[in-house]
Amino acid sequence: MAKHETPLLDQLESGPWPSFVSDMKQEAESRAKNANNINYQIPVDVVEDLLGVLELSYKDGETHWKHGGIVGVFGYGGGVIGRYCDQPEKFPGVAHFHTLRVNQPSGKFYTTEYLKQLCDLWEMRGSGITNMHGSTGDIIFLGTTTKQLEEIFFELTHNLNQDLGGSGSNLRTPADCIGAARCEYACYDTQDLCNHLTQEYQDELHRPAFPYKFKFKFDGCPNCCVASIARADMSFIGTWKDDIRIDQEAVKAYVAGELKPNAGAHAGRDWGKFDIQKEVIDLCPTKCMWYENGKLEIDNKECTRCMHCINVMPRALRPGKQTGCSILVGAKAPILDGAQMGSLLVPFVEVNKDNDYQEIKDVIEAIWDWWMEEGKNRERLGELMKRQGFQKLLEVTGIDPVPQHVQEPRHNPYIFWKEEEVEGGWERDINEFRKHHLR
Amino acid sequence: MAFISSGYDPENPMKDRITDIGPRNYEEFYPPVIKNNKGKWLYHEVLQPGVLVHVSETGDEVYTVRVGGARLMSISLVREICEIADKHCGGYVRWTTRNNVEFMVDSKDKVQPLIDDLQGRKFAGGSYKFPVGGTGAGITNIIHTQGWIHCHTPATDASGPVKSVMDEVFEDFQNMRLPAHLRISLACCLNMCGAVHCSDIAILGYHRKPPMVDHEYLDKMCEIPLAIASCPTAAIKPKKVEVGGKTVNSVEVNQSRCMFCGNCYTMCPCLPLADKEGDGIVLMVGGKVSNRISAPKFSKVAVAFIPNEPPRWPKTAETIKKIVETYAADANKYERLGEWAERIGWERFFEKTGLEFTHHLIDDFRDPAYYTWRQTSQFKF
Repeated sequence: MAKHETPLLDQLESGPWPSFVSDMKQEAESRAKNANNINYQIPVDVVEDLLGVLELSYKDGETHWKHGGIVGVFGYGGGVIGRYCDQPEKFPGVAHFHTLRVNQPSGKFYTTEYLKQLCDLWEMRGSGITNMHGSTGDIIFLGTTTKQLEEIFFELTHNLNQDLGGSGSNLRTPADCIGAARCEYACYDTQDLCNHLTQEYQDELHRPAFPYKFKFKFDGCPNCCVASIARADMSFIGTWKDDIRIDQEAVKAYVAGELKPNAGAHAGRDWGKFDIQKEVIDLCPTKCMWYENGKLEIDNKECTRCMHCINVMPRALRPGKQTGCSILVGAKAPILDGAQMGSLLVPFVEVNKDNDYQEIKDVIEAIWDWWMEEGKNRERLGELMKRQGFQKLLEVTGIDPVPQHVQEPRHNPYIFWKEEEVEGGWERDINEFRKHHLR
Repeated sequence: MAFISSGYDPENPMKDRITDIGPRNYEEFYPPVIKNNKGKWLYHEVLQPGVLVHVSETGDEVYTVRVGGARLMSISLVREICEIADKHCGGYVRWTTRNNVEFMVDSKDKVQPLIDDLQGRKFAGGSYKFPVGGTGAGITNIIHTQGWIHCHTPATDASGPVKSVMDEVFEDFQNMRLPAHLRISLACCLNMCGAVHCSDIAILGYHRKPPMVDHEYLDKMCEIPLAIASCPTAAIKPKKVEVGGKTVNSVEVNQSRCMFCGNCYTMCPCLPLADKEGDGIVLMVGGKVSNRISAPKFSKVAVAFIPNEPPRWPKTAETIKKIVETYAADANKYERLGEWAERIGWERFFEKTGLEFTHHLIDDFRDPAYYTWRQTSQFKF
């Protein structure tokens, strides 16, 4: 018999998509039975009370979680988010219900052995409810009490060789796409760069010293599967400088209908016979390719590496061999001044494991120095860039301006010349001037 | 429940303390076929919805079976995922950036038994536990935020609307009939922890009432200058108020300037703005993050408000279904929803989808507004 009636939530158990309500009920039941004789360190009925408080929100149309609260583990300013229910008497099991962010391994590959260790820990010391994963990428442990925080952290670090992720005004847990691990498009090893920088900047990740959040995300190619260009303060997007590799035999096989276009991704509908002119050449944004005498030709100098032709014919076309990444900066969601897309800062940098990615770290640290000095409270990098200008960003990073930095040159001639840029400077003698110009 | 210590000693918090070790190294978790072929993949193919094969230059193959997940997962479910991965995949499994789970096997004969096992597992309430799908020109998992399950600022729930919408578009999770892939995302308030602002369809929780002011406690719980500075439209100013015969420091909200972003509430818990009638959903459409063919795009507001309708948010689900169907019927192959809307023009988008165009859809927020008004006589009747 369930502790709370949940007539509204119960309606979310039907339908084909996995029901979180059914899953929570299954967990509530498992805790009540306690088949493995776990010595629960937080209330047994925590999931039942979580269902209860959610049902109340469904009735009231409002959340019943209180605002924040400062909790954490010793020496860290991030990784734990305090959460308290505003109806603790009705739902004592979730009166204290804090979240821990656990730093996921790059690429989100797991062994079951490790996952089971996480489950055991979270069964005994937490609610048994997780998010796999949160929006930023962390494994989220959803709901425990203050007293358990240090215990969980101790077990994570001592027994699981595992650390917490970031929250608050610090470096947020970096996240990457699957990259070279299982994708032929990856132009660099996203997992290695993500992991390396995560380890390098542990202090920034755990101890808030920034004006606001700061996100790194790593996409292996311009398809941007991890959405870095839209949401990371610094996005690292794989690209290449040389020519697209072509297998002309495979091109012919696509034209002849022997290979399925777009890797078979459109198989749910009959779109007719593959037409290379219509589906590839005419859709190329720079019109830099043509098909002649049974061969696909590409004027690579004009290619902007949008990936469309490669996506359509993955067995015939591959990115070039001179690979690296572009760095874009300043993307963010609308709060506060409107959404911003990442702006191109470094058109191309080699992603060089051999010197521990020093060229990339130089850019990161120059940006942080500027942002920490000039950024206002809760001002994202993108907003500081708007406030102080792209030129300032180039200045602090020591990067020379190139046409790649703009979509088009400025519309207005309101150019802020600096004094040192103008011959003779700005100091002039008015009396000298008046010798030739009457008052 | 007796307290069990992990070994942590609160009297000596620094004793044996381990910090800043970061995540586990990804290499520990690669299945052998991934470890052996990393960086050597030649091409991939979608064999059927939810099933991928990647072929390496070594001749190795890896077959991936992708299943949808509710993001909110119990450890019982995670253990069941482990059981399946132990049985079929040598004890390895991964998650995607959109909260799908991927089971990988290294030969074709292992695929069908895995699919049968996954599709056969259901929750007591009847829904699938591990529906296979989410690839190619279809709809994959909806990424989302916490909503009423765990957040203090949401204007809507997250898990509930996601479940309702995914039920509505479930066929497109298990099929690939759309002109291109279509990404739906949900953020439960304008803070957009989920950064959904570049999605083909974004479901956004939104407040429509200015904050209440809890005068009695405001000065005790909040930094007044911080609350004032947090407002992007400068709608908050200091004010002295009489409470129970005593004068207290507080703030006043210029209500007509408020655009309900909730930033003040994040800075000061004495300015709550949640409200049953005021809160609901904004639908945005036409965004994308890929650089494919056209540049990445922001989503645009297509429906300014839909009330919260728990438990199943029927109007939200139905409106999304309508947009998906119109797009499916009208767009060209490879054309993303936003590219389609731009090609036919937004006046046609509203005509074809039957969505109502209201004054709320005309931008009036600062400079970005100007760039969205029409500055040409080229338009369609």
